[in-house]
Amino acid sequence: MIAMFKQYLNAMRRNPMGLIGLIIVSSFVVMGLLAPYILTRPEDAWGLTYDVGKRFKPPSLEHLFGTDECGRDVFNRVLLGTRFSLMVGVGVVALSLAIGIPIGLAAGYVGGKLGTALMRVTDMFLAFPPLLLAIALAATFGRGLFNTMLALSLSWWPWYSRLIYIQASSVKSMPFVDAAKVVGLSELRIMFRHVLPNVLTPVITQATLDIGSAILEASALSFLGIGVPPPIPEWGLLVSSGWQTVSRAWWISFFPGLFIVVTVLGFNLLGDVVKELMDPRLRNLMAMRRMRL
Amino acid sequence: MSALLEVRELVKYFPVKSGLFGRTVGYVKAVDGVSFKVHENTVFSLVGESGSGKTTTLKCILKLIEPTSGEILLEGRNVLKLRRREVKWFRRNVQAVFQNPFLSLNPRMKVKDLIVESIKTHADMTDAEVLRRVNDLLAMVGLPSTLANQYPPSLSGGQAQRVAIARALSIEPKLLLLDEPTSALDVSVQAQILNLLVELKERLKLTYVLVTHDLSVVGYLSDYVAVMYLGRIMEVGSIDEVFNDPRHPYTQALLSSIPEPDPNARKLRNKLALPGEPPSPINPPRGCRLSSRCLYASSDCVIEEPDLIKVSDSHYVRCIRASENHLLGASS
Repeated sequence: MIAMFKQYLNAMRRNPMGLIGLIIVSSFVVMGLLAPYILTRPEDAWGLTYDVGKRFKPPSLEHLFGTDECGRDVFNRVLLGTRFSLMVGVGVVALSLAIGIPIGLAAGYVGGKLGTALMRVTDMFLAFPPLLLAIALAATFGRGLFNTMLALSLSWWPWYSRLIYIQASSVKSMPFVDAAKVVGLSELRIMFRHVLPNVLTPVITQATLDIGSAILEASALSFLGIGVPPPIPEWGLLVSSGWQTVSRAWWISFFPGLFIVVTVLGFNLLGDVVKELMDPRLRNLMAMRRMRL
Repeated sequence: MSALLEVRELVKYFPVKSGLFGRTVGYVKAVDGVSFKVHENTVFSLVGESGSGKTTTLKCILKLIEPTSGEILLEGRNVLKLRRREVKWFRRNVQAVFQNPFLSLNPRMKVKDLIVESIKTHADMTDAEVLRRVNDLLAMVGLPSTLANQYPPSLSGGQAQRVAIARALSIEPKLLLLDEPTSALDVSVQAQILNLLVELKERLKLTYVLVTHDLSVVGYLSDYVAVMYLGRIMEVGSIDEVFNDPRHPYTQALLSSIPEPDPNARKLRNKLALPGEPPSPINPPRGCRLSSRCLYASSDCVIEEPDLIKVSDSHYVRCIRASENHLLGASS
């Protein structure tokens, strides 16, 4: 544990942009968690109010990010939106991993006809342009936070499944898998205890990078009106709600858009560090040095 | 004396596929009719160069690959036709140590967990008993118990191989298969591991099947040795007879390739290097498989492949000129 932490610190020192990514991501997570306690106008944030007199007020000390077409405080709405956007981002990736890992692992480790069948199904999903498939699914499921996550996950998992498949089909011929068979372990145990931990590295890297993209795609769905329903203050939805009035009230779309950009950037920078930490070439190099090859 | 392990006419062909539809165009005859017996508390070695089929034979015995034909008997029971529960019995009795411990130990599991896992697969023990057993095993292979919480990549080569041995012995097998157990290690560590293996064999009454290309290891450890070439046993017998009176030209060539540290002795010895490379196991030569490279091959050698010819009760040779060969050999 301590060794891992040290390794992490070293990677951060080599890659200061990663540190920035970590700071961005962790501050957004804290912001999302604490949002309900730091909101100054919770009714505005949840979208329960309508005040004609306060519509389209530009940013000021009273309303840091201005007010929207219903006279609600944009700052409060964006702040509360952090939770939903992060939830969607993490949720989509987690769901995709939950579908993609078992399928890829089974296809790669068992191989044969089962493997071919599973991978052809995966390929069918991969044949669609990803956002297009997500749009079709989201439109079918109807609007809703969970439906949005589900639609995105169903178009997302094949990438993880492929990644795991490739890794698993090479790891299964490693001597330690033979050794596990000789010991007499069950196939399931070999799959999950011996193969899985050795194929996760690239997937973890990919997943970290993907959280940002998932937030972006969820925003895209909401923007198109088939994602999260109003008045939930999801960032994509906020951008979309200010879109028609952007020429006279730019702040309604601008601030949630800025939050999306910064979060996605944060996850990408963090993902780069994770990639460096888990780079198989780097690890192999160290292992080889030990074997004195 | 009945044998602990008996291999009868073991054959393993790997299909060679080619073209768009993966048509089988031929077979790699990796193991082509290998038979031998291993008696309890003895060491049986399979030697030969790369591609001779020794590792394939070992993998068949370990049930890691399915042989094309033949029988493998453990205590008289056919290993290839076991029911589910019997497979467990087989695994409990036959364990293996592989060539490179850094590849044969899962790098993501602690030493302790690797050993615990194999104990728990075969025995019902409380956690405290298991833990005590892990410490006993580590002590038995000469490792401090503090190593239990480390991951294999942080060990040295010798330590890692000791862990692999401890894991193999954790379920008290009768038969231990050793696949090049020292060739991935530093020379200084090789001797330690060999000594450990000898000591454990005496203490636990183990039986070894050793697969290696290192003849000095064979000479140090074995009671019986089989020399393989292109999937066939060319000469088999007790270590004294085969090493001191090699009858097969191939065995003679192999033995003369052992490095001789004494320069005076080196001058006295004939070098019997075989010309050329081993032929393809897809298309082995007609007649005797060595005929394409043999220094003494005659026209008789390419007509028919010879059977194993008896030299003594514990020494057989697959060569038609076996009775005269001892005059030519490296034994001088």
